[in-house]
Amino acid sequence: MGITAERIVKRFGDFIALDDVSLQVDSGQLTALLGPSGGGKSTLLRIIGGLEDPDSGSVIIDGVEATGIPAQRRNVGFVFQHYAAFKHLSVYRNVAFGLEIRKRPKAEIRQRVGELLDLVHLSQFADRLPAELSGGQRQRMALARALAVEPKVLLLDEPFGALDAQVRKELRDWLRRLHDEVQVTTVFVTHDQEEALEVADSLVVINHGRVEQIGSPSELYDQPANDFVMGFLGPVTSLAGRLVRPHDIEILAEARPEAVPATLTRLVRLGFEVRAELSTGDGPTWVQLTRGQADALDLQPQAQVWLRAALQPAVAAR
Amino acid sequence: MASASTGSSERSRIALRLLAIGYVGVLVVLPLAVVFWRTFDQGGSAFVTAVTGSEAVHAYRLTLVVAGSAVVLNTIFGVGTALLIARFRFPGKAILNVVIDLPVSVSPIVVGLALILVFGWQTGWFGSALQSAGWQVIFATPGMILATTFVSLPLVLREVLPVLYEAGSEQEQAARSLGASAPQRLRRITLPTIKWALAYGVVLSIARCLGEFGAVRVVSGDVVGQTQTVTLLVDGRAEQFEPGAYQLWVVLILVAALCIVAISLIRPKETS
Repeated sequence: MGITAERIVKRFGDFIALDDVSLQVDSGQLTALLGPSGGGKSTLLRIIGGLEDPDSGSVIIDGVEATGIPAQRRNVGFVFQHYAAFKHLSVYRNVAFGLEIRKRPKAEIRQRVGELLDLVHLSQFADRLPAELSGGQRQRMALARALAVEPKVLLLDEPFGALDAQVRKELRDWLRRLHDEVQVTTVFVTHDQEEALEVADSLVVINHGRVEQIGSPSELYDQPANDFVMGFLGPVTSLAGRLVRPHDIEILAEARPEAVPATLTRLVRLGFEVRAELSTGDGPTWVQLTRGQADALDLQPQAQVWLRAALQPAVAAR
Repeated sequence: MASASTGSSERSRIALRLLAIGYVGVLVVLPLAVVFWRTFDQGGSAFVTAVTGSEAVHAYRLTLVVAGSAVVLNTIFGVGTALLIARFRFPGKAILNVVIDLPVSVSPIVVGLALILVFGWQTGWFGSALQSAGWQVIFATPGMILATTFVSLPLVLREVLPVLYEAGSEQEQAARSLGASAPQRLRRITLPTIKWALAYGVVLSIARCLGEFGAVRVVSGDVVGQTQTVTLLVDGRAEQFEPGAYQLWVVLILVAALCIVAISLIRPKETS
């Protein structure tokens, strides 16, 4: 059950968008495809949705081989970055579209669309045209439209990418709550690691057309498979030639075994967080502290301190 | 100082305005006024006779068939080709995109002669084969439809194509993922998206096809009472100093004016 992609290869001319990609999405889960732009994650999503055909490999949705089935018969909900609202149709008709295509009775359509508009908080806008809605409202309409046909899976391509930061954060929380309510297998593409970590049950990190790592948000954050995943999922700095998270470095007032001597060059207070910039024999590094930690150490510029990785970095441990 | 410069700019503005009015007046208003004057100078009954006579009615009917067929063909071809160019990648697309514009830039006479070379029953490539199958193309209605279609080929396409590019294909993809088949997508999404551009292109084509003269004259043979469209009849009457040329001319001008009104009604909706 869920979605299985097996050994997907896709080329655009000489460019290899997907290079032998396999992945498994469990039924009912909310999965993020995460990676930098141009890494192939949108192409993978479009192949799952049938909007693009793979050169080789297969897609299995809910146990059914879907590779040869055209998009219109896959029963997959798709949400686009730029909403793809039907500009000439009202909000109501947009949401009703899939049901009208399926020739459902009028009364059933009215009831279902009414429920969905309630779900996405757009009931009072049913008669408006998409042009009269804000970006966030349009995307909620697009989501209701995709859900109307009771898809087996819901695919979202950078769904919040065109929205401003405030609305993006709201919709992110709302998507998580909606998913818990509707329980449809959902895959969304994003290049924003914070969004992926916050919303998804599991993450698939894709770069240069390959899967770098698959796992839960905490697995990927705490045990990244390589430097790329580590760097992509959160802030990193280097200590004694190794990648470390800046909040995993301990600042010590006295020399200890395996601690590296360093000189404090700058102390920046960012509200609750304190950022200490230091220079070591191997070059500059920085440490993230709480205000309490910084005050306890009584750090002064040019102070001589020692640095120690509080946790063994996962990359080196592997 | 200030008043002097205002004065000189005022003067140049008036001069420019007079120039523009004079230009339009000499080129457009004066000839039109002469035609109208000549028409109504001959009285109302002469007008009625000229525009309702059997020759004229035959010409209307033929013009309707020729222009109507050409507009229908170009609408289907224009929308189809615009979709092909905007939505698909295929070899030769760039060449197709250029070749499609040729018909409006080539002289209509050349178009007519070329059609005779291809379809003429003695010299043409397909002419004798078509003739033996009972189809006469040249000096008959099919040839006139071909010629008219040819000269107005890109008009619908050129109106529709930019709208298709601007709308992008995401709405069609969304409709596809919601279960819509290709015909359903065309009817429910694509056609509503391009409808004002399409209407504008169709009106332009109608105007162009009704006024077509050169290519049709060459392929029709201009047989009196048989292959004369309204423009050919006007030309024939004027050359033979027969009465009724100006009256038909007025009819053509009125139809063109209707087209312009239609266009001005469509234009704002298209841009909104």
